Amino acid sequence: MKTGAYYKTKKTAINLLIHLFLLTVATTCLFPLIWMVSSSLKSQDVIFKDTSLLPKVFHFENYYRAWIEGGFGRYFLNSIFYTVAVVIGIIIVSSMAAYAFSRFRFPGRNVMFVMFMAAMMIPIPGSFVALYVLLNKLHLRNTSFGYILCMINVGLSTSIFLLKTFFDKMPKELEDAARIDGCSKFGMWFHVALPLSKPVLAVVVVFNALNVWNEYILALIIFDSRPLMPLQVALTTFQGEFVTNYPLLMAGLTITALPIIIVYLLMQKYIVKGVTQGAVVG
Amino acid sequence: MRIKSTLENYIFVLPAVLIFAVFYIIPFIWVFQLGLFDWDGILPTKIFVGLDNFKEILFDKIWWQSMGNAGYITLIALTFQNALAFLLAWACDREIRGKNFYRVIFFIPPVLSEVVVGLVWQWILDGNYGLLNSWLANLGLGHLARSWLSDPQTALTAVAIVHCWKGFGWGFLIFLAGLQTIPRELYEAARVDGANAWVSFRKITIPLMVPVAVLVAILTVLGTMQAFVLIIAMTGGGPAYHTQVPVLRILASMRGSSRFGYACAQGISFGVILMAISFIQYRFSKKSRA
Repeated sequence: MKTGAYYKTKKTAINLLIHLFLLTVATTCLFPLIWMVSSSLKSQDVIFKDTSLLPKVFHFENYYRAWIEGGFGRYFLNSIFYTVAVVIGIIIVSSMAAYAFSRFRFPGRNVMFVMFMAAMMIPIPGSFVALYVLLNKLHLRNTSFGYILCMINVGLSTSIFLLKTFFDKMPKELEDAARIDGCSKFGMWFHVALPLSKPVLAVVVVFNALNVWNEYILALIIFDSRPLMPLQVALTTFQGEFVTNYPLLMAGLTITALPIIIVYLLMQKYIVKGVTQGAVVG
Repeated sequence: MRIKSTLENYIFVLPAVLIFAVFYIIPFIWVFQLGLFDWDGILPTKIFVGLDNFKEILFDKIWWQSMGNAGYITLIALTFQNALAFLLAWACDREIRGKNFYRVIFFIPPVLSEVVVGLVWQWILDGNYGLLNSWLANLGLGHLARSWLSDPQTALTAVAIVHCWKGFGWGFLIFLAGLQTIPRELYEAARVDGANAWVSFRKITIPLMVPVAVLVAILTVLGTMQAFVLIIAMTGGGPAYHTQVPVLRILASMRGSSRFGYACAQGISFGVILMAISFIQYRFSKKSRA
């Protein structure tokens, strides 16, 4: 006769095994990052010998050196600038378009919307080759402006989709009231629809910010001059030049990863929402 | 009045359409045009070569080798990475303490950039001073130590495993969302009918998760076949061509040998193959659902 106690022990044992499994994977996820931070605090003399996680002496000056000598301060500000500029651009451009697609009737509306959606589905792996040629022609290569425009385009389709879906479900009464009060279309978009769409705007902001911060290939082919480069490209060039200076490289990596991890931990609710919604699109 | 209103509507979509036309549609058309030319990207003259670029691709051994490499990484991602993602999602779907903590941790690798992930792992796997080798030495397994990323026998698998490490969080989140849509009453009813955990897992969970699994599989294939930044950061495509992948070849055709036409032709062929694969997977999923 199997008693209640038997089942309870069995359940506890199973739960223990599951926790063990989950904890192992979680450790595997975190360990490389801990190792990165740990390496960034060691000196060049001991880094190849000392494999302890906690360095005996904390060399915080590695961060100062990476920031000044490695130039990461400059690259960091570049990355911040591109991220902020692109995200603001995407919010304005995509929310205007999504609002029109959701609320207004005009010739060509469906064709345009379908084009944006098709762009999400069709992979063009060589598109950066043509983008390079295009930016050369427009004299926008090796300029921040060219990079920002390219990156706005990258985030456009998904953002329009998310915002239009949200606007479609939003009740129209408030806008009707605003219109009766003499509010223009721009007024309704800016003063009524945008403030109401904060939850979805958060998803759009977080996703595009992560995307721009982590972007590599376009920045690689667009920027020749170092002072314009964002962190990701700078890291790979740094790696080539200071190949043996691991503490500085690890400090640079930590400087690059930290803002993303902080944003993620603060906004992870929206990221989960975005992944599951984005998955429905695909 | 009507005309003014319509004009206003167009002003709303104008910025988006303009940016999209210039930075998506024009490059899209140019890729197809340039694929028919021989051009170094600088000279004003392009030489029309018809389909020669595409014929050359057929006999480009390194191209097909890199396609095979990407296929190998994708195979590992489809099996190992997605099985792990599913198991973790299944474990976190249960009444278990701390599942939010796990969920947050598992999605940290996906939010990091491929450059950061690649460089950290390169340091861990370094042949001379890497942590992995020093651990192996400490465990008395020093004979297993090697230059993981410059040894042709291990480089590709090492890259594939790091790719899985970075990517499993995506599948995990999607599987978890899928599992959470299964009504608990189904499991209750099955239990009342005498089904044990294994039977209800096989008869309820698996059939209901097939569409989600297909979605994850399509996303995995598209994402993994096109992955390359991680590889730039870890091996740069070496040793020799052992970790080359198609997008790296496109980049090499463009920047290395300045053959813009050939690079575009490679991009088109690759894009067509990717579309075909996801179409087949999609059809397959429809069949299995019917």
